[in-house]
Amino acid sequence: MNIDNIKKQFPIFNNKVHNNDLVYLDSANSSQKPQVVVDRIYDFYTKEFSNVGRSVHYLAVAATNLYENTRSMMQKYINAKDPNEIVFTKGATEAINLVANTFGQKFLEEGDEILLTELEHHSNYVPWHYLRKLKGIKINFAEINNDGEITIESIEKSITPKTKMIAITHLSNVTGAILPIKEITSLAHSKNIPILIDGCQGAPHLKLDMQDIDCDFYAISCHKMYGPTGLGVLYAKKKWLEALPPYQGGGGMIREVKKEGISFGDLPNKYEAGTMATAQVIAFGESIKFLNQIGIENIEKHESELTKYGEEVLRKNNSVKLVGNPKNKGSVLSFTLDGIHAHDIATILDEDGVAIRAGHHCCQILHDKLGLTATARASLGVYNTKEDLDKLNESINNCKKIFDR
Amino acid sequence: MNLKELYQEIILDHGKNPRNLKKTENFNKDAKGHNPLCGDKVHVFLKIDENKNISDISFEGSGCAISMASASIMTDLMKEKKENEVKELVDDFLKMIKDSPEMKSKIISDDEKTKLMSLSGVKQYPMRVKCATLAWHTLTSAMNNSQEEINTEKFD
Repeated sequence: MNIDNIKKQFPIFNNKVHNNDLVYLDSANSSQKPQVVVDRIYDFYTKEFSNVGRSVHYLAVAATNLYENTRSMMQKYINAKDPNEIVFTKGATEAINLVANTFGQKFLEEGDEILLTELEHHSNYVPWHYLRKLKGIKINFAEINNDGEITIESIEKSITPKTKMIAITHLSNVTGAILPIKEITSLAHSKNIPILIDGCQGAPHLKLDMQDIDCDFYAISCHKMYGPTGLGVLYAKKKWLEALPPYQGGGGMIREVKKEGISFGDLPNKYEAGTMATAQVIAFGESIKFLNQIGIENIEKHESELTKYGEEVLRKNNSVKLVGNPKNKGSVLSFTLDGIHAHDIATILDEDGVAIRAGHHCCQILHDKLGLTATARASLGVYNTKEDLDKLNESINNCKKIFDR
Repeated sequence: MNLKELYQEIILDHGKNPRNLKKTENFNKDAKGHNPLCGDKVHVFLKIDENKNISDISFEGSGCAISMASASIMTDLMKEKKENEVKELVDDFLKMIKDSPEMKSKIISDDEKTKLMSLSGVKQYPMRVKCATLAWHTLTSAMNNSQEEINTEKFD
């Protein structure tokens, strides 16, 4: 795996930031886009554009085929049983809202409980929170251990006879902990509880096999997978998509509309109301090809080596404190610096061309638990190198120089 | 723009050792401010005497060097100021941070102006302007007895 060749495929790295080479360490927030994805959007709009699934003219048929082709590619990429188990959404946030809303409507009653974890991103908490008021449900949080991990024991302890859904992250966007989702799914199913996995951080970095994991729902953010913004994927087992009511109503999702009543379309149309993010879906096909060309196993290996290297380098730096110490850790290095606030770190690093994120990373529950208001986070993608992490460390030392004047 | 202009010595000094970082005893006005984007929080406490003078002012909170320094310098400056002077100074400061090259108010000394101008480095860092203005908006809210928590996303 030649990182130089991979990096060359990302045009953003031709630009300078404050006269420095860009060291992009914010891929957990959103990844950069390879040229093929950018080109695909341009080509579609300039040569092939039409709305999909409606008209019968040449362009409409071709566009529909391209759109459905990405669905099939995604099905294969995550080894779903059926292409109709892939629903396109405007993002992972909408994917989780879709499940919370429709599952809540149909299956939840006052006093029912949802089990989340303290690691959850706001997008896997706020949608469930709405059901507190609407349905009078209760939300429980499985607790992290001292290393910032969620163990199967922690989940098991938090399940009650009233737990009706478990919704957990695959990979924490703060501590980097990779959760044992297959074991947790099997535990959930042994108690007849469905499970949703927030795969925002899992999907770009880890090999996915829906039939092997056996989860009921898996939410994916395409812009974190070297794809366009405005697009997400909800994987859901067919039995759920058939049992749950539609989420949004509109064109494209109906079978018959009469003054007296409406019948809804078949899968996958039932959940794709209105004109979808067509160009993004088609361009996302190129992201899947890009990932397949490198091979997700190679990406996992590369990023795991880099994460270990980053941990080593930052541990040697006495003023850095890493946030969390999970045994099974994915591409995220969150840290604090003695006496320097995360926002000041991010501003100073930016001047060196090093792009990181500072703040609570949409995880206020976790930051409260850790007693921190903000952390700095470097996160990795396929284009990162050990040199990037050396540059990060150098730039951190620069923070100290500026603050220790 | 270089970082040394943003992180001037006076800012680092106030940022690392904020003055008036406590809760004023017997305060009679207060307000909370919050920057939801970064989690910075500030709580301003005022003791206003019968002549409408600020006899004591303090703050509690946590945040970056810029927001802590701004709250520290602000609370130092506002002690013994009259209500109408506070309003004038807040307006003048917010204008300076937004677009004015300097502070125009005549009620503070050149020395005090220099201190406040040390925060003008944020003009080059649009994402950081709210760090510098949070305490000031919160002070206004406390003066107005507003019960609403200040949220930086509601201001330009």
